Amino acid sequence: MDQVIIVRYGEISLKGRNRGFFEDKLVDNLRLRLQEYPNLSFYKRDSRIYIELNGTPAEPVLTKAAVVFGVVSLSLATRCSTRFEEITAVAVAETENALKREKIKTFKAQAKRGDKKYPLDSQEIGREIGACILRHFDGQLTVDVHHPDLTVYVEVRDYAYVYSQKVPGYGGLPYGTSGKGLLLLSGGIDSPVAGWMMAKRGLMLEAIHFHSYPFTSERAKEKVEELARILSLYCRRIKLYHINLLEIQTAIREKCPEELFTILSRRFMMFIAARVAAHNHCEALITGENISQVASQTLQSLHVTNAAVDIPVFRPLIAMDKMDIINIAEKIGTYETSILPYEDCCTVFLPKNPATKPRLDKVLTYESALDKEALIKNALDGLECKTITP
Amino acid sequence: MEIYLDNSATTQPLAEVIASVNHMMAENYGNPSALHRRGLEAEHAVKKARSQVSALFNTGNHDLIFTSGGTESNNLAIFGSLATARDTSRPLVTSSIEHPSVLNIFKHLEKIGRKVIYIRTDPQGFVDLEDLKKALDEHPALVSIMTVNNEIGSIQPIAEIARLIETSDNKPVFHTDAVQAFGKIPLQSTAVDLMSVSAHKFHGPKGIGGLFVKKGFRLAPIMFGGGQETNLRPGTENTPAIVGMGTAAAWAESHLSENMDKLNQLKAYLINGVTNEIPGVRINSPVSPRFAPHILSISFKGIRGEVLLHSLEQDGIYVATRSACSSKKKSRNHVLDALQLTPDEAEGTIRISFSSFNRQEELDYVIEKMKHHVASIRRITGWRG
Repeated sequence: MDQVIIVRYGEISLKGRNRGFFEDKLVDNLRLRLQEYPNLSFYKRDSRIYIELNGTPAEPVLTKAAVVFGVVSLSLATRCSTRFEEITAVAVAETENALKREKIKTFKAQAKRGDKKYPLDSQEIGREIGACILRHFDGQLTVDVHHPDLTVYVEVRDYAYVYSQKVPGYGGLPYGTSGKGLLLLSGGIDSPVAGWMMAKRGLMLEAIHFHSYPFTSERAKEKVEELARILSLYCRRIKLYHINLLEIQTAIREKCPEELFTILSRRFMMFIAARVAAHNHCEALITGENISQVASQTLQSLHVTNAAVDIPVFRPLIAMDKMDIINIAEKIGTYETSILPYEDCCTVFLPKNPATKPRLDKVLTYESALDKEALIKNALDGLECKTITP
Repeated sequence: MEIYLDNSATTQPLAEVIASVNHMMAENYGNPSALHRRGLEAEHAVKKARSQVSALFNTGNHDLIFTSGGTESNNLAIFGSLATARDTSRPLVTSSIEHPSVLNIFKHLEKIGRKVIYIRTDPQGFVDLEDLKKALDEHPALVSIMTVNNEIGSIQPIAEIARLIETSDNKPVFHTDAVQAFGKIPLQSTAVDLMSVSAHKFHGPKGIGGLFVKKGFRLAPIMFGGGQETNLRPGTENTPAIVGMGTAAAWAESHLSENMDKLNQLKAYLINGVTNEIPGVRINSPVSPRFAPHILSISFKGIRGEVLLHSLEQDGIYVATRSACSSKKKSRNHVLDALQLTPDEAEGTIRISFSSFNRQEELDYVIEKMKHHVASIRRITGWRG
């Protein structure tokens, strides 16, 4: 009899011939996330991953494994032989533990038979185990097959596994199975969520932040580094690039109409991000843009921004409502940092009435008045790079 | 190069302060309440520090209680004196330009039902005495008015205020927050009942301050414990910080007039340089006996104070500002509002606060850098004068 954690991963099991690649990556990611627990051992079987605890406390392992992308759910299970008497004893013990933990009046036993040669079928195993539990806790528990307070799961495979709880994971694909993208990370609520969502689909993240120090404060930079650190809890480590946009913003301010300031700044961010991406083998840009949230995110503005680069730009939040974005930000732990007051663009620059329907030809005309290449080169020359880890 | 001009926020501790704190931690570590020799030695050190700090407010009519700093002193003064006054219908009086550690106490008291009268200030930053007279006619229980304002350095007419209070019927308690004054300017008014001070504003350690309490004044504690500080501030004494405060006070006392002259010279020099070199400037704290010598508030038109602060920081020059460059939170500044600055002036206001360790040559560099940065910020904000 041992304690094991069952890790379920859903979607990966659908991957045809690439399935092994995805599974191996998930095991690797789990090992890395749990490397501080040297006694754990991992094996793949039955389209799931088992983690043998070998005496390691289960709680922290469950908590940490639950945030590994690709994990759909986890259960702490007792593994025993398939001898019926032993399964029954373990199921009774599991029920006993659950009773100590919470107030339970009704239960059901639900069985699954992986080993088709087992003398009882799933229905029969469930019924028999249920009967044993009922006898053991006579008067204390009754059976309710529809809405039980407690479900005792029994799985009979080469071993039997008994558990009663499922911890949900985030799902998605194992981190690093979908290539690498560069996240435009501001200090706001949206961009960390956008990065997290793409990372959940297996994309490795690097991040780029644009500031205009001394028109913005060093605390704004630190805030972004803290956001990157929170993301690195899911991504192991994140390379973060800082770019100072002040010279570019000053030039735009001097030479272009005020209402186009934001959209032109956005285009320069895209130019610079695309070059940093190419240089660091990132195959996509990721932004937190959200249709019509602000003037620079109307359909016309997005068109003008998007036309700055050839590289794919992913905007996972494009159709989400702000409240839903905030809910994710709270869940992943970036919200509290995002709402700190330090901003990454000084209000000195912000136009009073930004254009909501900029025209690309007009924007290009004004842009050509700027020494674009020199401005981009100067900004890139000042690039600072930091590797952020949890 | 590092030029630290934020001495109203905090000062660098003197070398002898650091040495005395170190000595108390390494050698004289006893508990002053202990009966043995170690305790006695610590008690002697605290006693000496108490007399050193008291020497800066040498009225012979006040006792000093050590606290954790200005905020605690203000809380003890206000809550501690209200606790002994039964009639809660009497209003409370304060000024509109107090430090948050006083203003927020009154906001809290308002919330729980006390009437609070806020005395206006004139555009130079001095409380309006006519307004105060009117408030005194309402028989307040307590008046709390700061000695030196922390943002512009105006010295409030404490002696006159005390006289008005003395002659009012049903005399209220008079408290003054002297955190920015103590150790910087002479303080002699014997009329105040309670006065808050803090060590780290005059080259002492952080986390230590004091409350002067007039002899015979009935103050109630706001914390309860083992009887230290005549039961008004129980808890084992912070002996290293107390002794550090004593050392800093002794230095401040022996250098008081010399330091004042030096600070006024520095201030005059910088005002002169800035007004000659930079257009569109308003000096909110002139060199005058009515202004503290170490605080200089300047408003620059067409800039953001915070941007100038970060620009100067790149050159190793540290100053302060209150108006934050934030589109979300336009936090209005209650002091600058009281001075009737235009929003543009308020936003472009920085505070320079000297210590007597600053040198005139440093200010040449500051003026040069300030001129350069103000001009380049104005190019971006489009201010043409």
